[in-house]
Amino acid sequence: METTALAARRASIADLEERAKFIRLETVRLTRIAGAGHYSAVFSCAELLSALYYHQLRLNPDEPRHPDRDRLVLSKGHVAIGLYPVLADLGYYDSALLDSFTRLGSPFGDHPDMKKIPGVDFSAGSLGHGLSVGVGMALAGRMSQRSYNTWVLLGDGELGEGQIWEAAMSAGHYKLGRLRAIVDANQLCIDGFTKDVMTVEPIEDRFASFGWNTVRIDGHDLPTILETFAAIEDEDHTRPTCIIADTIKGKGVARMELSPDWHVGNLVGQDYDDVVAELTVGVPNGDVR
Amino acid sequence: MADWQDQSEIFNGTANTGLRDTRSFDGKDTRAIPAFVFGEELADIADNDPRVAVLTADLGRSNRAIDFAARHPERFVNVGIAEKNMITMAAGMASCGYVTFAATFASFSALLGTEQIRTDCAYPKMPVRVVGHHSGISMGFYGTSHHSLEDLGLMRTIADLTVVCATDANHLRAVLRASMDHPGAMYIRLGRGRDPEVYADVPQIEFGKAIRVREGKDLTIFATGSTVHPSLVAAETLTAQGIQTRVVDMFTVSPLDVTEVLAAARDTGAVLTVEEANRTNGLGTAIAETLFEAGVSGLRFKRHGVPDEHVPVGPPAALYDLYKLDAPGITHTALELLK
Repeated sequence: METTALAARRASIADLEERAKFIRLETVRLTRIAGAGHYSAVFSCAELLSALYYHQLRLNPDEPRHPDRDRLVLSKGHVAIGLYPVLADLGYYDSALLDSFTRLGSPFGDHPDMKKIPGVDFSAGSLGHGLSVGVGMALAGRMSQRSYNTWVLLGDGELGEGQIWEAAMSAGHYKLGRLRAIVDANQLCIDGFTKDVMTVEPIEDRFASFGWNTVRIDGHDLPTILETFAAIEDEDHTRPTCIIADTIKGKGVARMELSPDWHVGNLVGQDYDDVVAELTVGVPNGDVR
Repeated sequence: MADWQDQSEIFNGTANTGLRDTRSFDGKDTRAIPAFVFGEELADIADNDPRVAVLTADLGRSNRAIDFAARHPERFVNVGIAEKNMITMAAGMASCGYVTFAATFASFSALLGTEQIRTDCAYPKMPVRVVGHHSGISMGFYGTSHHSLEDLGLMRTIADLTVVCATDANHLRAVLRASMDHPGAMYIRLGRGRDPEVYADVPQIEFGKAIRVREGKDLTIFATGSTVHPSLVAAETLTAQGIQTRVVDMFTVSPLDVTEVLAAARDTGAVLTVEEANRTNGLGTAIAETLFEAGVSGLRFKRHGVPDEHVPVGPPAALYDLYKLDAPGITHTALELLK
């Protein structure tokens, strides 16, 4: 099949920071349409999404199903609200469509639908499935002798799902060097801190024991994220890689940071305006709880 | 009738080695063995179709996926004992252009994997063919963990999932061939791997369109998968007793062939459904819903299958006898209905 060119955006650090801010602001805006939404789980991975879509992934919005494109499986599918504005911004569809978010018949639900939204590589919502999807994609890439990379964005609470470890074992077994998992280790699941609800650490050791390369980074630090991505590119693609990104759930909004009260929420009135201002200009005097 | 079950036939696929088999449920030699042709037929298809890929969860010998692996090792994936991972992986592969066949015991593919089938295969309309073999009570004394009596009910209530039972070896070949260009996800249910021949040649099939395998005017038996052959045998007995019995191979359980159901009510006035499944929510219930909603009245009707209970341990033949799912049992059940 004749296909058009793929490209990674390779945006600058300053631009990526702006895009991360854009992701957070759009999440706040869209949540108001729905009346409830996942703010804090998006805020923890805003820099990661920014770095992936505006720097790393080889894509072509004019050909969303390009067979050689890099894939991103959003295993923590509840952060789709942070992805939708990015895909619009990249040109997959008109941004105005986002105003239908979660309204009856909208393509944009709380979790992503690959059949309705160009640029979504796989539908998601049920935690624990995404790494298996990624293993399948990476195996298919090897079978068809294509050199795309498959990325899977996982949550840390999600690691409680047994299927994750079935998938981790198979990725190690098949030495899927073009599979890259990122664990958004934002420390919280719905009912509280993961260390209290269900221990998921030591995440590096657990993935390493299944034959993965592992690296642990600050998931909000864009220069480090880009360096890490670049280092993976230099690998010999004989083992899958897991990036454990230490993040703060709710990052960027003081009242939400590491607060179990904001997994799903809705900002109204002055609170909405305050949060938009906080995300736009930063926290006054940089005081983070 | 056999009173034992050879483990090797299930785990090593020796039912397929061409040895004379006298332990089938009706005591007849059975050369037509779906589990035998599964890997071979897919390998044949794959010779000319680069989309085929096969996955199994440590049961490649049992379902004969190894016959595929021998000829197309680069397109075969054994995921080990991890059925959920297998089904979701198959969906991921399917999103990249493959038509994937993910096969294991029905108790694990359909029951353990229901949510993966719903969410990862049917909802995104992936061309995944989840294959459940040794379905129903065909694993005999392996017990409840290995029986799949609920799979038809579970699978038929999943939207955008085509649910098909293979009748015999030739029919399975037809199903596999036709599945290559069928849109969306499928659940393909196989029996024990020794279902007697119903079709002398590979039949022409269309998913959603039943096959009338025997004509009759007094009674219609709707059967699917493993119950088609004994229903035919029963129909011969019934007809010899003056009850002209129609037999319909309802190989597609979802979507149901409504036209054929209503034709049976109109033409024969009596309907018996027969399935190797819990009768609570399977083929019989689907047909009952159809008849009732169409306003059919004055019909003699019975759902025949396994009652809503956990099945005792026993060899398959003994269980088919116990639950009247062999030809004498089906004959008896039909006569009770028509009494």
